[in-house]
Amino acid sequence: MAGGDEREVRIARRRPGQGNGRRISGHGMYTTSERRAITGAGGFTLAFIVLFAGLATGVLLLHAQDGAGGTLFDAYLFRITRFTLLQAGVSTLLSVVLAIPVARALARRRAFTGRSWIIRLSALPLGLPALVAALGIVEVWGRRGVINELLAAMGLANPVSVYGLAGILIAHVFFNLPLAVRLLLAGLERIPAEYWLTSANLGMRSGAVFRLIEWPVIRGLLPGVAGLVFMLCATSFTIVLTLGGGPAATTIEVAIYQALRFDFDPPRAVILSALQILLTGTLLLVLRLLGTPAEEAPTTGRTIRRFDGARERLTDALVIGAFVAFTAAPLLAVVASGLAADLPRLAVDPLLHRALITSLLISLASATLCLVIAIPTVAIGPASENRPETPLRLLAGGLHAASSLILLVPPVVVATGWFLMLRGLGGTARFAPFVIVVINALMALPFVVRVLAPAYRTHVARTGRLSVSLGVTAWHRIRWIDLPALRRPLMTAFAFAMALSLGDLSAVAIFGADGIVTLPWLLFSRMGSYRTADAAGVALLLGIVCLLLTLPSTASEKTTSKHDA
Amino acid sequence: MPEPSSPKPDIHAIRLAAATVSFKDKNLVFDCTIPQGASVAVTGPSGAGKSTLFNVIAGFQPIRSGSVEIFGKDMAGRDPAERPVSIVFQENNLFAHLTVEQNVGLGIDPSLRLDADGRGRVDDALSRAGLGGFGQRKPAQLSGGERQRVALARAIVRRRPILLLDEPFAALDPAMRADMAALLAQLREETNSTLLFITHQLEDVQRLADRAMFIDRGLIAFAAPLETFLEHRRLPALNDFLGIDR
Repeated sequence: MAGGDEREVRIARRRPGQGNGRRISGHGMYTTSERRAITGAGGFTLAFIVLFAGLATGVLLLHAQDGAGGTLFDAYLFRITRFTLLQAGVSTLLSVVLAIPVARALARRRAFTGRSWIIRLSALPLGLPALVAALGIVEVWGRRGVINELLAAMGLANPVSVYGLAGILIAHVFFNLPLAVRLLLAGLERIPAEYWLTSANLGMRSGAVFRLIEWPVIRGLLPGVAGLVFMLCATSFTIVLTLGGGPAATTIEVAIYQALRFDFDPPRAVILSALQILLTGTLLLVLRLLGTPAEEAPTTGRTIRRFDGARERLTDALVIGAFVAFTAAPLLAVVASGLAADLPRLAVDPLLHRALITSLLISLASATLCLVIAIPTVAIGPASENRPETPLRLLAGGLHAASSLILLVPPVVVATGWFLMLRGLGGTARFAPFVIVVINALMALPFVVRVLAPAYRTHVARTGRLSVSLGVTAWHRIRWIDLPALRRPLMTAFAFAMALSLGDLSAVAIFGADGIVTLPWLLFSRMGSYRTADAAGVALLLGIVCLLLTLPSTASEKTTSKHDA
Repeated sequence: MPEPSSPKPDIHAIRLAAATVSFKDKNLVFDCTIPQGASVAVTGPSGAGKSTLFNVIAGFQPIRSGSVEIFGKDMAGRDPAERPVSIVFQENNLFAHLTVEQNVGLGIDPSLRLDADGRGRVDDALSRAGLGGFGQRKPAQLSGGERQRVALARAIVRRRPILLLDEPFAALDPAMRADMAALLAQLREETNSTLLFITHQLEDVQRLADRAMFIDRGLIAFAAPLETFLEHRRLPALNDFLGIDR
């Protein structure tokens, strides 16, 4: 295609964004009664979130007062805090440093066969339940895994142990290296196409291209990417529970679980929870200062063509090959060992049926609740913009903050609070499913809001004034204007919320022994009781369901940004 | 670095002989000769192949058959940096995180290791472009017209005898266009370089060109000295461009 028409499309698209033409002014986008309805729903939602998390935290703090006398910060607490930060720090360093060559190689090799599949592959770990990944990693890196067999064949006596720090690091890199690669790659692809033409015209070599073009971009992204990865690793529960867990390799979240379930020491769980909130609070503050990196690359403009790196063909191939092997191996291992399990027997296992039904019910309920909470949270944004009434603005700000509350107070902590509270009311078993549903919904909320908010914003900017002027309002507007246009992002968000709930172990682990068996819990107990063949079968099932559900949110990325452009 | 050649006047600056580019849905075939020292306006509808023609000359776009000669030398297998060509785009000519001085300095050494002599040349080029004292600024602190002049300053220090400008004026307002055109005319006079520029504006053609070509559907439909070009009435598409009703 000749460049001329592409460029004109870009100019045409860019112009409106430069002025204030497309900013939503808030005026005339909604009728007064619509705005009132949104305000009501928003207030109700905010009250619900704050009450749910607030009650749990309040109970914890009350317990903390009468529980903790002198043991506020003993050697044990110090040790696990240090380990939490250490493993997160090393995981982050490995993920980010290794991501740089991979992202560079993928950015400059633009047209090899399988490139788009590799980019899709790097989105898979995000949708995979941590427990399933842990199983795959044990299959590859464990005592009888591929790596150790290779090492043994080479005559190395001491096998790598997957349990402890090494396993935690491998698993965290498995999840976060692809994430960092995607973020850095998106950054590199935002570099204007003219830069590559100019650098080729000027005769820049690979070294100069890195120093003068790529590194400045990567350096700008590093703080945000590293902060995000550190946050994910510092609050990682399932991986540490399955691959670490011994006294030497325990993070704060896992220590909460152990204090509650094994030692039955609520005061300790409470102090640990307070410590966790302090840690995540600090991290969130730091993250806010660093800024979060954008994931989408532009889809407009000239096609990027690269002329550099002709001499790095071999290194790039090796780097990309190693990345693919590292990321794909645990996935393949899950499939292979799952197929090797006694699937026919597993298919008629009543406990599996029970777990499957429980998991599906919980995840359907939690995804529904998540959307019910997310919709007012998303709608109140444009409705409150440029409005003189401060209450509405305050409400919008409050909801925005509340939608990320679960990042500050992690699922394990909220679950602990509710566990202690319900224990006081007598019997945790009866209420446990409801608590798990709400916690799972809150877990998905930040991601769901991130999917829905931009889509809704664009939609309102396009249709708001028109709908109001035509008198298509209230239910008619939802029925004929909003739902049809937003069906895709809504379904994507629903599926993602479901997958997150299906794969979650943290909330159910706190309540788990009380008769609730979800798929992850079944998988976890089978892994623990050395019924590994069964575990492999369950993992395959869980992995496939979750990946199918998260497929739309990873596959639609390109197309949604195209629509928004 | 390739030769900052001083071409002989009897050799054509650019000669394309059935230089063919194949895309999925179309073929583009370019045939033309451009005398040394000419200033050629390249016009034509969107998507006709104007930028592709530049990409072929600059070495960004490999050709399937035919040949590209610059000053009598076959360019087959030559990288973009090894051709006696500088190129300026409509926008994004400057690396946004580098200073004006560094952006121009890249034209002297692509790894940006400059000695005192190099820095002097950068300063000199900047003041010739009317940007003396702007060296330490970042591109974002300049107007669109100033950024384009920085790109020209880089072309000045590169001393390549052919300058390709891909819609250099498109993002500029009328006063900036006039400024930039004046600077280009002056540059051409001083260095006797050969200029090719893509434009959609008849005004630019009349102001700056002594020859013009019209590209339509992947072919150079018509190329002539300016006066002949403006008088031509036999191509409907060209008449549309010239604003002539039949």
